[in-house]
Amino acid sequence: MPALRDFRRRIKSVKSTQKICKAMKAVATAKMARAQAAVVAARPYARQLHEVLGRVGAATRDVGNPLLTVREPKKVCYIVITADRGLCGGFNSNLLRTATREVQKWDDVSLVAVGRKARNFFRFRGWNMDAEFIGLGENIRFEQGQEIARFVIEKYITGEYDAVYLIYSKFVSVLVQQPTVTKLLPVEPPSDEEGAEQAEEAAPKKASVEYIFEPSAEAVLNYLLPKYVENSVYHGLLESKASEQSARMMAMDAATKNAGEMIERLTLQMNRLRQEGITKELLDIVGGAAALE
Amino acid sequence: MAEQTQKVAIVTPERVIYGDEARFVQARGTMGELGILPQHTPLITSLEPGVLRVQKEGQWTVFVVAGGFMEVRDNRVVVLANAAERPEEIDVERAKRAKERAEKRLASGDPEVDVVRAKAALMRALARLNAAQEFAKH
Repeated sequence: MPALRDFRRRIKSVKSTQKICKAMKAVATAKMARAQAAVVAARPYARQLHEVLGRVGAATRDVGNPLLTVREPKKVCYIVITADRGLCGGFNSNLLRTATREVQKWDDVSLVAVGRKARNFFRFRGWNMDAEFIGLGENIRFEQGQEIARFVIEKYITGEYDAVYLIYSKFVSVLVQQPTVTKLLPVEPPSDEEGAEQAEEAAPKKASVEYIFEPSAEAVLNYLLPKYVENSVYHGLLESKASEQSARMMAMDAATKNAGEMIERLTLQMNRLRQEGITKELLDIVGGAAALE
Repeated sequence: MAEQTQKVAIVTPERVIYGDEARFVQARGTMGELGILPQHTPLITSLEPGVLRVQKEGQWTVFVVAGGFMEVRDNRVVVLANAAERPEEIDVERAKRAKERAEKRLASGDPEVDVVRAKAALMRALARLNAAQEFAKH
């Protein structure tokens, strides 16, 4: 039977944990807002790039590019983006579960770990890891996505990888983060139909404008494709970051609530115990007084 | 009299830096300087690192663009820059350091040096410095 003092100690400890959770939630909320703003700010570029690539792709249908060549996928590379830190609910484990499932589809897989959690997970299992990118920080810069993209592009061109996939957590809403797998290489140019539809809605006749390309359509394509890949990675990083922060916010919110419940329960138990003690003492006194008479 | 304008947007991966109706856009394409007036024919060109100017109602707005490309279509100019900044945002010290670093790497003759990248870095640094100087004069 725990003594009163044990209860008090317990409550005090839970209270300080609650305070930490609360502070962490506030921090995550602020960071989430920033991460979300970054995702939104990056959208126009992604959209424009997508559109332009669709149009350039249509104009250069017969042009080959090493990033477009489709090979039989013997060696497949996965870029897995997780957080550097934990304490964000099921965020990392959901993502790594998806990654594990994906990886089992192929015989020969290489991994690129982004984030400490992914690195540790793969290292622990002894999986073949070609690169790791750790400690990207809170504010993702484009160069960071670029660096990762360049790494896989190079390996793709030399034929070391036959396909590259990106696994990241899509920021659907504050409550929902969806582990998502997208194909990075070979680049599948944005489908014409999609582009054409949009163009038709806007201006039916403008779907097939003739462009002047400088220096040439091919050169522009060669320039655009790596950009597209880089931007995809960058986008994945941003989404991941926003997801991580919102997952952490939700986890910390739940933790704060749980701590509150725990404190309530403990207080109740403690009061009951105290009451019991008082009753017992009273009985003793009454009993003692009765014995004297 | 209202001047004839076109939509101009300068977008980087990180943000939209400029978006407005403007008269004239001057940029450094890979094939040389080019200026875009309203009703230009559709065009896609890659851009060199350098200064990009936008004129609106006689006022020039200057940007430094670290390479990228530009699409002109339907009276709209979209600049997709790898990075872009206003001259007043330029960190001159940093640009100077970058310039020296790039020059040193080019001069070293070390086969490890990625000459293309070092040159690109040098051009970016020079573009920044030029723009900052020009801005300082105003």
